[in-house]
Amino acid sequence: MYKLTINGKAIESPDGATILEAARRVGIRIPTLCFLEKREPVGACRVCLVEVAGARTLMAACSTPAANGMDIKTNSPRVRAARRQVVELLLSEHDGNCQICDRNQDCELQELASELGIREIAYEGEKAKARIDDSTPALVRDNSKCIKCRRCVTVCSQVQGVGALHPQGRGFDTVIGPAFTLDLDGVACVQCGQCAAVCPVGAISEKSHVEAVWKALEDPTKTVVVQTAPAIRAALGECFGCEPGTRVTGKMTSALRTLGFNGVFDTNFTADLTIMEEGTELLTRLKKALVDGEKVPLPMFTSCSPGWINFAEYYYPEFLPNLSTCKSPQQMFGAVAKTYYAQKIGVKPEDMIVVSIMPCTAKKFECQREEMNDSGVRDVDYVLTTRELGRMIKEAGIDFMSLEDGKMDAPLGLGSGAADIFANTGGVMEAALRTAYEIVTGRTLPMENLHVKPVAGLEGIKEASVVITGTVPAWSFLEGVEVKLAVVHGLANVRRLLESIKLGEKSYHFVEVMTCPGGCIGGGGQPRLTDDSVRVKRIAAIYAEDEGKALRKSHKNEAVQQLYKEFLGAPLGEKSHHLLHTKYKSKPAL
Amino acid sequence: MAENATCCVCSEGLTEQEMLSQLDELIEEYVDKPGGLIPALQIAQGRFGYLSEGVLKKISAAFDKPYSEVAGVVSFYSFFSTVPRGKYVVRACLGTACYVRGGKEVLSALKKQLGIDVGETTEDRLFSLDVGRCFGACGLAPVIMVNDDVHQRVKPSKVGELLKAYASAEKGGTQ
Repeated sequence: MYKLTINGKAIESPDGATILEAARRVGIRIPTLCFLEKREPVGACRVCLVEVAGARTLMAACSTPAANGMDIKTNSPRVRAARRQVVELLLSEHDGNCQICDRNQDCELQELASELGIREIAYEGEKAKARIDDSTPALVRDNSKCIKCRRCVTVCSQVQGVGALHPQGRGFDTVIGPAFTLDLDGVACVQCGQCAAVCPVGAISEKSHVEAVWKALEDPTKTVVVQTAPAIRAALGECFGCEPGTRVTGKMTSALRTLGFNGVFDTNFTADLTIMEEGTELLTRLKKALVDGEKVPLPMFTSCSPGWINFAEYYYPEFLPNLSTCKSPQQMFGAVAKTYYAQKIGVKPEDMIVVSIMPCTAKKFECQREEMNDSGVRDVDYVLTTRELGRMIKEAGIDFMSLEDGKMDAPLGLGSGAADIFANTGGVMEAALRTAYEIVTGRTLPMENLHVKPVAGLEGIKEASVVITGTVPAWSFLEGVEVKLAVVHGLANVRRLLESIKLGEKSYHFVEVMTCPGGCIGGGGQPRLTDDSVRVKRIAAIYAEDEGKALRKSHKNEAVQQLYKEFLGAPLGEKSHHLLHTKYKSKPAL
Repeated sequence: MAENATCCVCSEGLTEQEMLSQLDELIEEYVDKPGGLIPALQIAQGRFGYLSEGVLKKISAAFDKPYSEVAGVVSFYSFFSTVPRGKYVVRACLGTACYVRGGKEVLSALKKQLGIDVGETTEDRLFSLDVGRCFGACGLAPVIMVNDDVHQRVKPSKVGELLKAYASAEKGGTQ
């Protein structure tokens, strides 16, 4: 421990901590812009300047190590003046049309300017020319709003291991973007939107489907149904000032009904369906491998996360046969809604509009993949992020916090607790185990409160194994088999895991992959800014949602059982194969 | 600094395939070195005259760095070029000392004489024009470089003569 003084107060700081970390530990706030927790500081923005006695210049708190005997001032006139000047300079280059910006009232630069009491900008100079890149289905980049903090660069290369973004050029003309300022669709971007999630300003955002959804809702010839991913209910409240981790399932349902959707449904329904299909697929692969001695691709990887699918198609095509052929719950929902449900209510698929509320930007890409038309028309029409839904609710003048709790509609609104936890890293694995273990042994998964603790939490790569004993006759070939499992989130971790599998250092039977850190609760479409403290709270909220339900196992979902009985037949049956499963193709990594 | 890195007269008109097949050997010793990327880029440009997309992608793979990062380095330094250059790269310094001693006028004269703008190459592929940011010869300002030759205290009116010397050396050499 080092002993130092901050603002006249003697404090202790652990070895290796920066001034910023030392200050935060004792509740002293230093503003930051480019800083991202747990990542190497870049010191690009200079907003965190502090005065260190004896130092010639002001120091950037994020990148200066705290040292014994340091005497630091975070709030001296010199510091305030410098910070203000730094922000004024940023503002002088920034396209500050705040009133009509996507980030109005949700912008770190705006907040900082307000906090520092900036009332005029002393510098008048050139502004970067606006160049809008809307080349991808998921993301829009506006260069004139970029303050070149490089958070997106850090997250894309270090957290996601993709490296699609980097500063190009030099000085005033620097552009943060793909190689040689190409558009995003010219490079192997997986469209996860983590760049948009960490952008402090309006330079990177999701491509909005809000107007299209308003239009659909106004169209009397259309039946407009909505599905909500489990991660939304643990985060939407943040758009209305709630603490992270506030559960707003009921209010969200009421809000969607008020907005005018004809059916308010749950992606949980098809998450349960996914477990039925994917669980059966896994058990079938295991049987082929263990009994028939066939060479089948193992481990099997989950396929719910469209950023991961893109990542595999671009960077690891050799693993494509290992991906579950199951569509994601979003796409299964679209296919089931426009066939089974449309028939039930007597609506033609072309007269039905399916809108998804997703924590994700890559879902916007996924819904327009050419394979996703198995109902005869596009299975999912529009995808709104959590943030976009928040905006629509505000625009409609709905007082969200005073809404009564609503209930989702039957039959596609019924979901289990196992489906809720799809939102968390480790959740799909846990949901799969709850069902698979019970099918194979006839007994409930023998874990406390049905939770698979070793695969929960924010560790990047988690492993577990389950020894199967006491099998029912149909699955006796699994008797005594140790099923090896891994759970991984954040694509840089995925890269590490895949490399170790390739080298033969690791082997598993089943691997859950989620693109974003923390899983969908930390998705690129969630309210900003998501750090680990927020992730932990949303994860806890999702587990609480699960625990609060009587129905906690996917195979016990009666609406799903009915779907099989009335329409699909059996898991992996012909109709399932046609509607619920898909193919992948290798894409050149450009 | 890699030796002879700025020389771009070594080879001309190589096909992409030829460049790629020569590349491994050229950059081999830099691949595992910290900070090896810039010398590798210099060597490659020195040999090929410019850095093609294929060459840059191969370098990015060899160094296990994202292509965006390699492109970032290439676009940061005005020295690097991603398009074929002329046999002689003329670089006018616009660093502080050269700037105040008439570097801009020298640059204008070069543009006029060559009939091209900064970043362009003459039709006969003899000259390319670039701007430099200090060659470390401030006492001799204004300075221009033609490939590795430094020309000091350049007068705008003498620029034509200076270029002619290269052009006629070329003619003499090829006849």
